[in-house]
Amino acid sequence: MSRQVRRLAALLGVLLGALLLNLTWIQVLHADEYRARSGNTRLILEEYNRERGPILVNRSQVARSVRTDDSLNFLRVYKPGAEYAPATGFYSLVYGATGLERTENSVLSGSDSRFFVDRIQQLFAGTKTKGGGVVTTLNSAAQDAAWEGLGGRKGAVVAINPTTGAILALVSSPSFDPNLLSSHKPDEIRASYKALESDPDKPLLNRPLAITYPPGSTFKLVTTAAALESGKFTPTTIIPGPAEYQLPNSTKKLKNWSGQPCGPDGKITLEEALAVSCNTAFAWLGNELGADALRAEAEKFGFNTSFQVPMTAATSRVPANPDAAQTAQSAIGQFDVRATALQMAMVGAAIGNGGVTMNPYLVDQILAPDLSVLSQTQASVFAQAMSQVNAAAELAMMVNVVDHGTGSNAQIPGVRVGGKTGTAQTGNDLPPHAWFVGVAPAEAPQIAVAVVVENGGGSPEISGNKLAAPIARAVIEAVLGS
Amino acid sequence: MSVPTELPAWQPTRRNAEAGLLVVALVIGLAAWANVDLVMLGELSPTFTVFAIVVIALAIVAHLGVRFAATYADPVLLPAVFMLNLLGLTMIHRLDLGEDVRAISNGTATPSPDVTTQLTWTALGAALFLLTLLVVRDHRRLQRYTYTSLFIGLLLLVLPLAPGIGATINGATLWVRVGPFSFQPAELAKILLTIFFAGYLVVKKDSLALVRTKVLGLELPRGRDLGPLLVAWLVSLGVLVFERDLGTSLLFFGLFVGMLYIATQRISWVVLGGLLFIAGSFGAYFAFNHVRVRVQVWLDPFAYQSEQGYQIVQSIFGLSSGGLLGSGWGQGFPLFVPYAKSDFIISAFGEELGYTGLAAILMLYAIIVTRGMRASVACRDPFGTLVAAGLSIVLALQVFVVVGGVTRLIPLTGLTTPFLAAGGSALIANWIMIALLLRISDTSRRPDAIVLSPDDALTQVMRL
Repeated sequence: MSRQVRRLAALLGVLLGALLLNLTWIQVLHADEYRARSGNTRLILEEYNRERGPILVNRSQVARSVRTDDSLNFLRVYKPGAEYAPATGFYSLVYGATGLERTENSVLSGSDSRFFVDRIQQLFAGTKTKGGGVVTTLNSAAQDAAWEGLGGRKGAVVAINPTTGAILALVSSPSFDPNLLSSHKPDEIRASYKALESDPDKPLLNRPLAITYPPGSTFKLVTTAAALESGKFTPTTIIPGPAEYQLPNSTKKLKNWSGQPCGPDGKITLEEALAVSCNTAFAWLGNELGADALRAEAEKFGFNTSFQVPMTAATSRVPANPDAAQTAQSAIGQFDVRATALQMAMVGAAIGNGGVTMNPYLVDQILAPDLSVLSQTQASVFAQAMSQVNAAAELAMMVNVVDHGTGSNAQIPGVRVGGKTGTAQTGNDLPPHAWFVGVAPAEAPQIAVAVVVENGGGSPEISGNKLAAPIARAVIEAVLGS
Repeated sequence: MSVPTELPAWQPTRRNAEAGLLVVALVIGLAAWANVDLVMLGELSPTFTVFAIVVIALAIVAHLGVRFAATYADPVLLPAVFMLNLLGLTMIHRLDLGEDVRAISNGTATPSPDVTTQLTWTALGAALFLLTLLVVRDHRRLQRYTYTSLFIGLLLLVLPLAPGIGATINGATLWVRVGPFSFQPAELAKILLTIFFAGYLVVKKDSLALVRTKVLGLELPRGRDLGPLLVAWLVSLGVLVFERDLGTSLLFFGLFVGMLYIATQRISWVVLGGLLFIAGSFGAYFAFNHVRVRVQVWLDPFAYQSEQGYQIVQSIFGLSSGGLLGSGWGQGFPLFVPYAKSDFIISAFGEELGYTGLAAILMLYAIIVTRGMRASVACRDPFGTLVAAGLSIVLALQVFVVVGGVTRLIPLTGLTTPFLAAGGSALIANWIMIALLLRISDTSRRPDAIVLSPDDALTQVMRL
């Protein structure tokens, strides 16, 4: 009989194994999924019961939790609210969390596995430990300059440290006050949210990361890079720049804004073509290089890739398989080419960084609840977009654009600033978007910045320089001065 | 002329090991209670001293009782059971404190603490544990009461159906209420029926093992030998139909099939039992609405989140919120789950002590069941082997059905978590079961019970 007893014991062992496996499924493997299901009020009560960690810019807390007297023990406070909203996002009882509040929630709420030791301590002590802190890469001077520069006009600014990819400024305008959505009164939160949602200016949009715009002439930086990398062109190569460029297999013609040829006899050097933003020259160049080479170069700058900064940025696009006419239009940043402000800042940054595209990031450090540094983000390379020699050559061409070409409003006395203006047609009757991509100082770039002012107005050909370049200059000055 | 020769062989009693393990269990239990108090109140509650004195006294008395009455018994069983009982008391105390907080914030009167009742039941359980050890000096004598056990067992099972004293709670009729006292007779019935099955099978096992027919490659027992199995099946179904108690019916059926298998050593019984079980389950599913609802809620609890699925969904939320390490004792929200002190106490443990704590609790059960099975294997008489195995199966199945139910591995049924859940009848019955297991393990390890035949004695002499 003992053999049967042993077999039965083994069977009961199998049942025990089934219980443990099932518990592993619920409590370990799929715990987060079950926890997050609607109807589980534990999560909210638990999170609000704990002091959520701060989000820091330089040394000041742009988001922090303050103790309250009501049943939800802590209130999230943002100061200054709207300026940093694209980075912080909001933390709402009703609408959940967005921005860093969402992506860094495990750190901020203190549930991150990196706080293991703190949590063990808490298990027995019953003290509610605080959440950890998130230090952003943002530079408050750059952020202020960009925020004030846009001054409420619709648009976006992104500044990047070219050597690391750290995001120095991330501004969306108009923005919203996250305090309105993070109160403890659900009715007020809902009312505020509905008002923001129905605002025609779309203040809830995270313009620098989520909106892809036609990049217009700033995309000529990518076309230039492709030309230099092809080995067939140098800045001094003379290329055709007629008044009109006959689009292949099409009845349409692509014109220069002036209606005039770009140089005497309709010929111009590559460097000069960039300086005066010659459409016909770059349209011709696009077809000389071919759509594949153009797209391959763009992809090395980050096009067609989705970046987590850690919020997911919209993917910038270069069209697949365009025909020759479309390739010509793509080469000057029209047709189906779309780029976020982040992407255009990355183009400027890679040129300023010896041709190396860095992965962009917004979180510099993770702090433990006692504010000691728990982890430090390491810069990482995304791709080698250009050789060092070609990158240096293109950067010199960009300085020429600011010093002698269309980007004159970005000039800063005593600093060699490189840049490129852009004016993107939006198709409708609305005024075009004004762009500016800048890098400085050219000797050892510390900042790359992209500015886009939506439907800026003014005469199309000069709006990039008139509207966007001064903002870029202010941001550059802020970074170099700080 | 063959006079049995007794050889006194020395056996370690292992009583000091038991005492040591009991001290460990006491230290953990008291520390847990103190931890709950400090987290929830910031100081030790006034009941801490009472709790400490009572449980230490119980541990000493139980240990001395075993030392005196079952000297050679297994040393691990009592401490493991004690540990579980202490954890259960602490959790009920913690939930009491939680209810106090809730009552204060609602402005209602604080309810009387359930832990006091449970502590009383624990003392009573320990007393009956000792009584069983003292009265049943030799488990083989229980075999005389085979049919008495059957009679009283069945009587206890149907008692809740008797008008006047039966009570239906939450749809299941398994309570007997006399005045202020209520009792679940099925808890005691499981011990009595185990004794009956064992006694019956010892006598009938040979005829049951006779093979007459072969169907589809399976050796099936004779038709008339199928009788007892069918009776067990019908009784289980009866409990299911008339008392609407899914868990108990499952428990009895599993117990009987398991014991049949051990006694007859035929796998065909298990296969047949399995088929009958499946047939019965399908029948019950189509015949009874309450079974159907249970199964549907089991398949998709979130679809019934605010109705019949509320309990199980809250239980899953609790378990998942606990995660690997739990929220910490006193820091979760176990009272969101209805019946957290009784049927769903496992979810409360899962939420506050996490996967780690729950796995530890399951390991304690595994230890108890393994030790019971060990006593069964070591026992030299078939009756004792069957009783020990039967009691271990009862414990193991109960744990599986309860834990599987609240964690949605199987449909939810109403069984109590042994030694943890609030409830007197189950606690007392389980303590008696442990006493019987200790008695059997004591008998099998007792050296003076080793009786050698003259041949063996001769061999011994030769070796000298």
